[in-house]
Amino acid sequence: MSNPIISLNHIDVTFYQKKRTITAVKDVSITINRGDVYGIVGYSGAGKSTLVRVINLLQEPTSGSVIVNGETFFQADNGNNKKVRIKANDLRNRRRKIGMIFQHFNLLNERTVTENVAFALQHSKLTQDQKKLKVTELLKLVDLTDRAEQYPSQLSGGQKQRVAIARALANDPEILISDEATSALDPKTTNQILSLLKKLNEKLGLTIVLITHEMQAVKEIANKVAVMQNGEIIERGSLLDIFAQPTQQLTKEFIETATNIDKAIATISAQPLVQNLSDNELFIRLSYVGATTDEPLIAGLFRDFQVTANILYGNVEILQNTPVGSLLVILSGTDEQIKAATSTLADHHVEIEILKGGK
Amino acid sequence: MIKWFSDTFPNVVYQGWTGDTGWWTSIVQTFYMTFWSAIFGGILGLIFGIGLIITAPNGIAPNKLLFWFFDKIVSVFRAVPFIILLAFIAPFTKLIVGTQIGTTAALVPLALGVFPFYARQIQVALAEVDSGIVEAAQSVGASFWDIVFGVYLREGRSEIARVSTVTLISLIGLTAMAGAIGAGGLGNMAIAYGYNRFATDTTLVATLLVLIFVLVVQLIGDYLAKKFSHK
Repeated sequence: MSNPIISLNHIDVTFYQKKRTITAVKDVSITINRGDVYGIVGYSGAGKSTLVRVINLLQEPTSGSVIVNGETFFQADNGNNKKVRIKANDLRNRRRKIGMIFQHFNLLNERTVTENVAFALQHSKLTQDQKKLKVTELLKLVDLTDRAEQYPSQLSGGQKQRVAIARALANDPEILISDEATSALDPKTTNQILSLLKKLNEKLGLTIVLITHEMQAVKEIANKVAVMQNGEIIERGSLLDIFAQPTQQLTKEFIETATNIDKAIATISAQPLVQNLSDNELFIRLSYVGATTDEPLIAGLFRDFQVTANILYGNVEILQNTPVGSLLVILSGTDEQIKAATSTLADHHVEIEILKGGK
Repeated sequence: MIKWFSDTFPNVVYQGWTGDTGWWTSIVQTFYMTFWSAIFGGILGLIFGIGLIITAPNGIAPNKLLFWFFDKIVSVFRAVPFIILLAFIAPFTKLIVGTQIGTTAALVPLALGVFPFYARQIQVALAEVDSGIVEAAQSVGASFWDIVFGVYLREGRSEIARVSTVTLISLIGLTAMAGAIGAGGLGNMAIAYGYNRFATDTTLVATLLVLIFVLVVQLIGDYLAKKFSHK
């Protein structure tokens, strides 16, 4: 089932400056399968950009191996000076199959939209007419046909990024690397770009490596997530697992930025209802993934255990067509009733976090 | 009108239009020196300027030794005052053009005098090209020459037009000094036939002609810089 298109093994990237050495990436191994939208999340300086530049060798690693499409681009073992490196000419050819888009678009300012896209095609084997047709098709794909003869300075940020996407796709790549591509855009434009990427992933089977500090962006389109901190991947997994059961503090922080659940907890905790919790009440957070939500669990609590559940806040995200929810609830009942109720919830894979009360 | 002119500028008229010391001859000499030294010095400066950008530690082909070479040559040649360079490289001039005096002989020191200045100007102009654009070009598989011609020189066009204008104007300034080795030109006219002979009118007219030349260069340069810029 798994079909790796990119595998980075034990990648180290160390920069040697005059008096210090900076390890930007530390022993990172990552495998990205064909068709994945792999989100790499982290704050700036975490090493995300450096790591993805290793894929097309814009950044040569200090050690480790880079294998793309089964071909070894680079290999160097620690403590061993022998390096295996793809030939420069081959690398240029392979790079054409790895599109890349950037935070600041990086378009050629002195060329029109058409010329920018055509720039990527200058070594293509297509004839002039075919190239022209290709550019027209690409501009249609990114919905910029009417801007073809304009210069980047005449375009909005979202339009520039779409030109960059067209350029990145010019040579029909199998991989698209997105380096904070939506970070300089407003939320509405961000969503347009993300849905375009999603469409490309679904229609063309494009593998996308998405690096960002915005969990929101990852939530929209990724199916897998890795969280980076200080050059290391501290947590990784499917989007659902990461959202439902984050283990690292940083991951929780990032998820919080996308769901605002912590803010809700803080606000609700300050309310008299929660402040003046009586002895037989319990303020809890219920988290669940997927099918559980279809069952009337909350209603069942009263029916089966005579525990009343007062729902104060609820948040349900649809991630990859699967609901992922969080509820803030006050349960009231006797100790035994509550104990029985919570154990039933746990049996249904609902995660319970006691926020207040419960002696 | 003609009478008024010959009464007011007697020495200007005395120089004549053609002949060894005529105005036309001087104008042609200045054009000749400016044109050819701009071509040779320009090519040399461009090579060194581009060399400095691409071999720099953050360039597309970092090379410590080459960078050191480009950098030092440019620095040393820039440090030598032009009037001294004229005399100092005379044997070298003779080796290249076969003579060490005259208009053609001035081309060698002029080209060598202007190229380091131009190289630095080009270096600054090309440094303006965003490294992100270079990286984007690399990411679509652009080759070394694609990046030199298609990215640096193309993206830097407007800035190159601007710095070339500045360089050309300073080159016109240098041609005025070439009179020291018998190269003639408008500068020589102003000094040798104007200033040294207390012929203020000759100095004035020579200066005005140089001024017009500079102005025209400036206007064309500004036009090109504007035309090339789409930022």
